[in-house]
Amino acid sequence: MMILGIETSCDETAAAVVEDGRKILSNMVASQISIHRKYGGVVPELASRKHVESIVPVINEALSKARITMDEIEGVAVTRGPGLVGSLLVGICVAKSIAYVKKIPLVAINHLEGHVLAAFLEKEIPSFPFVALVVSGGHTNLYYVSDFAALELMGQTRDDAAGEAFDKVAKLLHLGYPGGVIIDALSKEGNPNAINFPRAYMEKDTFDFSFSGLKTAVVNYVKQNPNIVEHPESHTISVADLTASFQEAVVDVLISKTIKAAEEKGVGQIVLAGGVASNSRLRARLKDVARDRGLKVYIPAPELCTDNAAMVAACGYYRLKRGFQSSFDLDAISRNRDFD
Amino acid sequence: MRILAIDTATHLQSVALIDGEELIAEYTFNCPVTHAKLLVGTIELLLRNSNLTIDHIDGLAVSLGPGSFTGLRIGVSTVKGLALASAKSVVGVPTLDALAFNVPFTRNLICPIIDAKKGEVYTALYRMDEIKGLIKMTENLVMDPRVLLETIHEPVIFTGEGIKIYGMLINKTLGKLATFAPVQVRTVHAASVAYLGLSKFKQCIIQDVASLAPIYIRPSEAEIKWRERELLTKVP
Repeated sequence: MMILGIETSCDETAAAVVEDGRKILSNMVASQISIHRKYGGVVPELASRKHVESIVPVINEALSKARITMDEIEGVAVTRGPGLVGSLLVGICVAKSIAYVKKIPLVAINHLEGHVLAAFLEKEIPSFPFVALVVSGGHTNLYYVSDFAALELMGQTRDDAAGEAFDKVAKLLHLGYPGGVIIDALSKEGNPNAINFPRAYMEKDTFDFSFSGLKTAVVNYVKQNPNIVEHPESHTISVADLTASFQEAVVDVLISKTIKAAEEKGVGQIVLAGGVASNSRLRARLKDVARDRGLKVYIPAPELCTDNAAMVAACGYYRLKRGFQSSFDLDAISRNRDFD
Repeated sequence: MRILAIDTATHLQSVALIDGEELIAEYTFNCPVTHAKLLVGTIELLLRNSNLTIDHIDGLAVSLGPGSFTGLRIGVSTVKGLALASAKSVVGVPTLDALAFNVPFTRNLICPIIDAKKGEVYTALYRMDEIKGLIKMTENLVMDPRVLLETIHEPVIFTGEGIKIYGMLINKTLGKLATFAPVQVRTVHAASVAYLGLSKFKQCIIQDVASLAPIYIRPSEAEIKWRERELLTKVP
């Protein structure tokens, strides 16, 4: 079954064609990073405007790369949320029209479920049940996944998403945009144990996260040690040490909660997904820690971790197989907690 | 030639189908939820009740704005999807043109106004010509209505729902020069979008589906603030 996936939840206009939820025939992404860079973050109105411009070319590219025509598409999967409503609506409206004209099923996808199912687009796939950590600029969610379309939310961030913390720290240090990628690269030259930033593990019985305290700790550190930014040569601790220490604190909490979740649920497999899953330190450390505990880790390739439509198409396939289908009164949802 | 037309520039949702000069159907309603939630359903219902399918349509027309940014994107994105899947041609029609088109039989200026919030209106000036039809005298504009009124020194017919907010101001400023269009033609009707679209099709003014974009006129808030900041830093 050939599914067209459409994803416009934030600042990437994406379309993909995936066969039977497994075989990626095309996976096109038009990034808007250059538009939002000077604002230091995604500007919702500009993102929405750009989606309107990019959506048709991106879908056409996805079809031509897959060497198929619109007539061969058997279903349309589209991200319904969570995300920026104005952005989501562009993809949703186009998807509905296509499904209507072609008389093919339409299926709405939760962006976070899509991220988890990206793991099924790899050669080696997890088997149910497993624990999944979706970590990105907008989300830090921990799931127990017992089947396709059966995700139980175990925990989530109570304030900043992990990726958001990366972006804010990068902004504070004037490192540029997008912050996560820059901090990842810079931190490779730094000492992750240079500064002992606080790790918020929260109450014993919760799988929730909190990163705003850590962000504040970094702000305070920079305030107390202004030389680190202004006169780095006179400071014994470099900016790379600072970002590596910050990153280590984030990674420690993410890994510890995820491992704890896997152990509590008695599962042997972990899926790491979402944009921050491209972080090299997080990938390496999680693999190490999991190996020591006899857990197997599945991390999609970086292009399947960042926002993409292949994951949406795959998720759509499995949802359609399980009888989920959306009607034309589908609307965008901005917050994850508003999903039914 | 059958044209399916869509307008979602304001709180009204309007979908119409014409066949040449004949109106087949027009569904216009005050949308109680988001346009996105209902639009494809409205199109489906209208076509079904007309005993037609999208295959029977020869062209698509969409109201491009100015108006609500989100509303415009919903209309334009929906039309893009329809065009992409059906390979039908598309034309865009400025929303103010469609409003002015509702007011025929006059040699006076025609001035549609749509509330643009922040104390401004979206507007343009038109005149009906016996031979050439509707002539647009200005660009699509966004401006303070008081400034707009200062530029008008002749009889003018106002239309558009902006009258609800600025009718009093217009009366006070222009007195007898101002006339107001009757209420039933003050709102955008997709049939007007369809007829204006039809004349574009006849002139072969077809738009590229990929680059079709709403007429926002206003830049985003972020861009405005950015420019202000840039100007400030240039002050010596």
